[in-house]
Amino acid sequence: MAAIYSLFIINKSGGLIFYKDYGSAGRMDTNDSLRLASLWHSMHAISQQLSPTVGCNGIELLQADTFDLHCFQSLTGTKFFVVCEPGIQHMEGLLKVIYELYTDYVLKNPFYEMEMPIRCELFDLNLSQAIQKDRVSLFGR
Amino acid sequence: MQFFGGSSVAEIAPSPAAPPGTATGLAGNNANMLYIFNRSGVCLLYREWHRPLHTLDPQQDQKLMFGLLFSLRSFTAKMDPTSVDKGNLGVPLLPGQGCSFYSFRTNTYKLSFMECPSGIKIILVTHPKTGDMREPLRYIYNIYVEYVIKNPLYVHGSPIKCELFNTNLDQYVKTLV
Repeated sequence: MAAIYSLFIINKSGGLIFYKDYGSAGRMDTNDSLRLASLWHSMHAISQQLSPTVGCNGIELLQADTFDLHCFQSLTGTKFFVVCEPGIQHMEGLLKVIYELYTDYVLKNPFYEMEMPIRCELFDLNLSQAIQKDRVSLFGR
Repeated sequence: MQFFGGSSVAEIAPSPAAPPGTATGLAGNNANMLYIFNRSGVCLLYREWHRPLHTLDPQQDQKLMFGLLFSLRSFTAKMDPTSVDKGNLGVPLLPGQGCSFYSFRTNTYKLSFMECPSGIKIILVTHPKTGDMREPLRYIYNIYVEYVIKNPLYVHGSPIKCELFNTNLDQYVKTLV
């Protein structure tokens, strides 16, 4: 029923700093999520090398049979990507909202160490609220 | 997983023909490049129509492309949120096994991918605003079957050097919007 299945945040070296699952079938253990995050980081970089024209910033949308993956890369190299149902249009907006929450509740947190896993309560709280609001607006239509 | 359910070569209609180059203004062609690989990673065909930037030499470029697709398929099979048993990352997948991606888009290009049951992979790189290319890729596969597979002089697993195939492919790609 979820529009979003999961959210990953990767630091600029490709390490996973945040992972939240919102309803995929089957469990993914920590090691698997770490591996997938690093794999995505590398493929994002390789896709820039294969571009036919200059100025490529990496994969923004990956479309598969059963899901879509939207990725947003900030100017500092931090990547936010969501796995969601195929065909959802407004994910770019949601990713920007998540990025704003990240800057407000993680980066401005004086106890947060850069590039380390995110353990900020306020971030989790506000993130759940934002996802909930998004889900309601999606299904309310 | 159904690949070509029911449609034969005679029935398949290509996407609506448009005057060449209308969508993006590129002289005559909207597609940038096309790659065809077989299941062992041999690049059977590389055609380029509009590629201002060459980052690597052709050999490296083809190997990189194949490697990227191999890893992406592994990645999507493991990421699939609807299947319970996803197998292990890094295990080579058979054609059709697990969830596969069909396209990805960056800010400068869109890559559309199709893998056939025989392991032949067709990759088309186009302008980022291109629509769904799955039907055109199936049509290209049919052109491949007609002019390459049915060519008695063609040796399977070797690079494609069939004039008729190249001509028909160029003609068809010109009509893609």
